[in-house]
Amino acid sequence: MADEIDIAIIGAGPAGLAAGVYAARGDRKTAIFERNILGGQIATTGDVENYPGFPEGVNGLDLALAMQAQAERFGAEIRYEHVTGITPGAEGSPFVLNTEDGQELSAKAVIVTAGADYNKLGVPGELELVGKGVSYCATCDAAFFRNVPVIIVGGGDAAVDEAIFTTRYASKVYLVHRREELRATRLLQDCLFANEKIEVIWNTVIETINGDDAVTSATLKNIVTGETRDLPVEAVFIFVGQTPNTSVLRGLVPLDPGGHAIVNLWMETPVSGLFVAGDIRAEAARQLVSAAGDGATAAIRAEHYIADHYGAPGS
Amino acid sequence: MAHPADTSDATFDADVIQNDTPVLVDFWAPWCGPCRMVAPIVEELSTEYDGRVKFVKLNTDENPGIASKYGIRSIPTLLVFKGGEVAGQIVGFRPKSDLQKRIEAVL
Repeated sequence: MADEIDIAIIGAGPAGLAAGVYAARGDRKTAIFERNILGGQIATTGDVENYPGFPEGVNGLDLALAMQAQAERFGAEIRYEHVTGITPGAEGSPFVLNTEDGQELSAKAVIVTAGADYNKLGVPGELELVGKGVSYCATCDAAFFRNVPVIIVGGGDAAVDEAIFTTRYASKVYLVHRREELRATRLLQDCLFANEKIEVIWNTVIETINGDDAVTSATLKNIVTGETRDLPVEAVFIFVGQTPNTSVLRGLVPLDPGGHAIVNLWMETPVSGLFVAGDIRAEAARQLVSAAGDGATAAIRAEHYIADHYGAPGS
Repeated sequence: MAHPADTSDATFDADVIQNDTPVLVDFWAPWCGPCRMVAPIVEELSTEYDGRVKFVKLNTDENPGIASKYGIRSIPTLLVFKGGEVAGQIVGFRPKSDLQKRIEAVL
């Protein structure tokens, strides 16, 4: 087999990049596989205010690029390839990884840090109008909607944060939420309610997103009264939770009812040499700093695993 | 590694529309995080398709004319032009394999 890796990391978000720093710095041949874009969720986040060491906050993207540079400095390789299969070898022999484009690689230890993807609403018009007003990234697209009304869907931190951000451009921001209270942290809620451009529409869901070549309105339904109405807007930004990317782990490790992988405090799964870290694991705090901490923990344990089963680096 | 050249409102016609080979245009802006993250993938593709597909990028902040003409309301957006017409469109960040499929479909 041509491509032999010591520690394969699947997913180049904060957990994967932190794992990459530790794995490569331990002098193990390290590859970080990314099926999409580097940085994971922080690539689409604006400023990060709660990562220790940055008292004034830090841009999410800049932080991701710095983590990448740090991992690469120690020799980790970023590979834009989609790993679709992980097969454990017999006891004491490496895992086999398969990629979407048909490659077969070997890895002595595997750390899955594939994170979570934003959910779709699943309503008519949504997929048809992606890029024409429907968006899952306000930091990317809000600037295209200057001085027009827009909708943000959701009630968690992401939705509230993006609603506040979007007021820089939009004339009016409607936060549409299916409950009558928000899940977002208090600090974010205070900013939201203090912003005169934002109107929260409670107990309401989107029924359809309307428009031919571009979004022109959304049909809203109040789930308490049953009343529906059309709200003219040019954009609908959707932040309704996430689903962990555990498809590569299905049948291999136990998952909780939400689809997160169950691990111990060393990020170990029942499969010897296979680790899962970051937002994809069960009972994670789902924060940038905890994801990075998970990645470091997994890489340290992976190094121990390889040392026990294969010996010291270079042996 | 090949580096996609910049195109603009002023040079778009010559760079893209009048070009004989297919052209992939990467619409981006400096403040768009995912756009910066897509750039290394586009660079890899530009090396892989060297000679068969031309790669250029267009800053939507500095070139609102072309961005508006093609109805760009989300970035990153990649448009593939063939014979001066849009032959393929990729909105948002997508896996490299998806981009390859779209390019192959046009070739």
